[in-house]
Amino acid sequence: MTTDTLAPPVTVTVPKIKSELMQQRVRAARWFLLPMLLALAVVAGWPLLRSIYFSFTDASLTDLYGAEWIGFGNYLRWTTLESGVTRYRGLLVDPAWWNAVWNTLRFAATSVFFEAILGMIVALVLNAEFRGRSIVRAAILIPWAIPTIVSAKMWSWMLNDQFGILNDLGLRLGLLSQKVAWTATAETAMQAVLIVDIWKTTPFMALLILAGLQMVPRDIYEAADLDGVHPVKQFFRITLPLVRPALMVAIIFRLLDALRIFDLIYVLTPNSTATKTMSVLARENLFDFDKFAYGSAMSTLLFLIIAVLTMLYIWLGKVRFDGGDR
Amino acid sequence: MGATIDLWKITKTVLFYALVVFIVVVSVFPFYYAILTSFKSGTDIFRITYWPVSFSFENYQAVFSQGSFPRNLLNSIFVASVTVILALFLAVTAAFALSRVRFRGRGFLLMVILAVSMFPQIAVLAGLFELVRAVRIGDWQMYNTPWALIFSYTIFTLPFTVWVLTTFMRDLPVEIEEAAIVDGASPWIIITRVFMPLMWPALVTTGLLAFIGAWNEFLFALTFTSSNDTRTVPVAIALLSGGSQYEIPWGIIMAASVIVTVPLVILVLIFQRKIVSGLTAGGVKG
Repeated sequence: MTTDTLAPPVTVTVPKIKSELMQQRVRAARWFLLPMLLALAVVAGWPLLRSIYFSFTDASLTDLYGAEWIGFGNYLRWTTLESGVTRYRGLLVDPAWWNAVWNTLRFAATSVFFEAILGMIVALVLNAEFRGRSIVRAAILIPWAIPTIVSAKMWSWMLNDQFGILNDLGLRLGLLSQKVAWTATAETAMQAVLIVDIWKTTPFMALLILAGLQMVPRDIYEAADLDGVHPVKQFFRITLPLVRPALMVAIIFRLLDALRIFDLIYVLTPNSTATKTMSVLARENLFDFDKFAYGSAMSTLLFLIIAVLTMLYIWLGKVRFDGGDR
Repeated sequence: MGATIDLWKITKTVLFYALVVFIVVVSVFPFYYAILTSFKSGTDIFRITYWPVSFSFENYQAVFSQGSFPRNLLNSIFVASVTVILALFLAVTAAFALSRVRFRGRGFLLMVILAVSMFPQIAVLAGLFELVRAVRIGDWQMYNTPWALIFSYTIFTLPFTVWVLTTFMRDLPVEIEEAAIVDGASPWIIITRVFMPLMWPALVTTGLLAFIGAWNEFLFALTFTSSNDTRTVPVAIALLSGGSQYEIPWGIIMAASVIVTVPLVILVLIFQRKIVSGLTAGGVKG
């Protein structure tokens, strides 16, 4: 758009100068982009390729360079015993891995679902005009600003089985019949993680949806009011379709974030198989279990799974990030 | 008739404000409770109270006197600041090229940058670990220094700053550039003389958001540092433990948490309008 306005020939002599200018700009642009692209290639491109490479070797943490190529062995290998029984081993038949995949998907879907609904409610509240609106907006920024590790610690103290304030509150209000060991029990560990994640990231969702809401012209609602359209119907017929693009982008950002979750689970529910996600399991194998190559295979597969899900989402949801060329 | 309508209106207002109060309380309470806990001393910590009952600086004194927390704090400040300055430095020129110059493959490049910023960091962890271990100059090695973190944090701060600055720059009017072009200014002059003065608010916002990202990072910090005095605060807090395995020093953890969070909360509240616009520019445009 910006350069278009410069391009149309105004007089006969100008086009040549203009095109020279354009070329100069494009040349300059190349030099301007080079440092950034080099930096990204070094910190993202190369490490990604090396990680994928390691997943096809027998590398170990203590001996990265003595690694030998073993093909798909980390993913799947089999031996046929003398009795004729074939034994499969490797990542693709590892129940711990599929448990982590399932945990991650369950966590991502549930947390983003609740965040979208609660974020929509908060955004609708913030979009209304009332006294104290700025206080609410300031308040919801607090969970967003608190470091994840800190919020994990804060909540694990609040969720503490003996001295936690949430158990106390639950007992006082009659919501709980006895104290619950939230983070230690397999059934409630995932709920605990979900509560903290939803608390922390709903503000982000709300702010993105709010930005979409603010672009809806007010006179549409005035017209709908005049026609006597019920507010609930207004929401589903006017608001929702109009904020859909903003909502879809917000959801994919959150989804990508949720699929790679590591720190919250690492701190809140360490060593719980009920909440162990792909990232947590992969890091554990890479650095704690000294199965560097196996961990690399996990991180490679995680990358593939997330890439495929993202492309499916963008394709099915017809998501546009740029809002058109302006 | 009039009375029932009024009643309905009042109920609606009451319900609305109840919702507002609920949102505010839920948002603020955990932080409030951390502050409350951090000022309790000794066994008071294990008495559940909703209001302040006692007031002691014991935990704060402990945070600063024992262990390496002050050092961790300095590490975090150093790492986050240098990361942000480097990212902004590389991002300004790149954002100019991506927003003001039309060339082939621009859209594709923008998508790549967005993809890298949403990258699962674990996917590059093995390769980055190898790289960080391999970089050594003479006796100095990068592993277990703040530079390992500054280096690796580029993976998320750089694409983010480029993306946000690109959306900011795209919104600046063409006219301001035209005059400079007519005067024969080179693109470099245009960036430094024309755009930079206009970009300060955007740079502050983007820098602040990137700073928060680097300040909060955990996975790389946990992996690329290994001793108490090279760690950043998130790792230090995560690994804080008491004398025995079962004795978690909650008071000290809460004091440390409050110390690292209060500056962020103050910054966020001061810059809240800018932060909201920066966040949404990074996310949505239409």
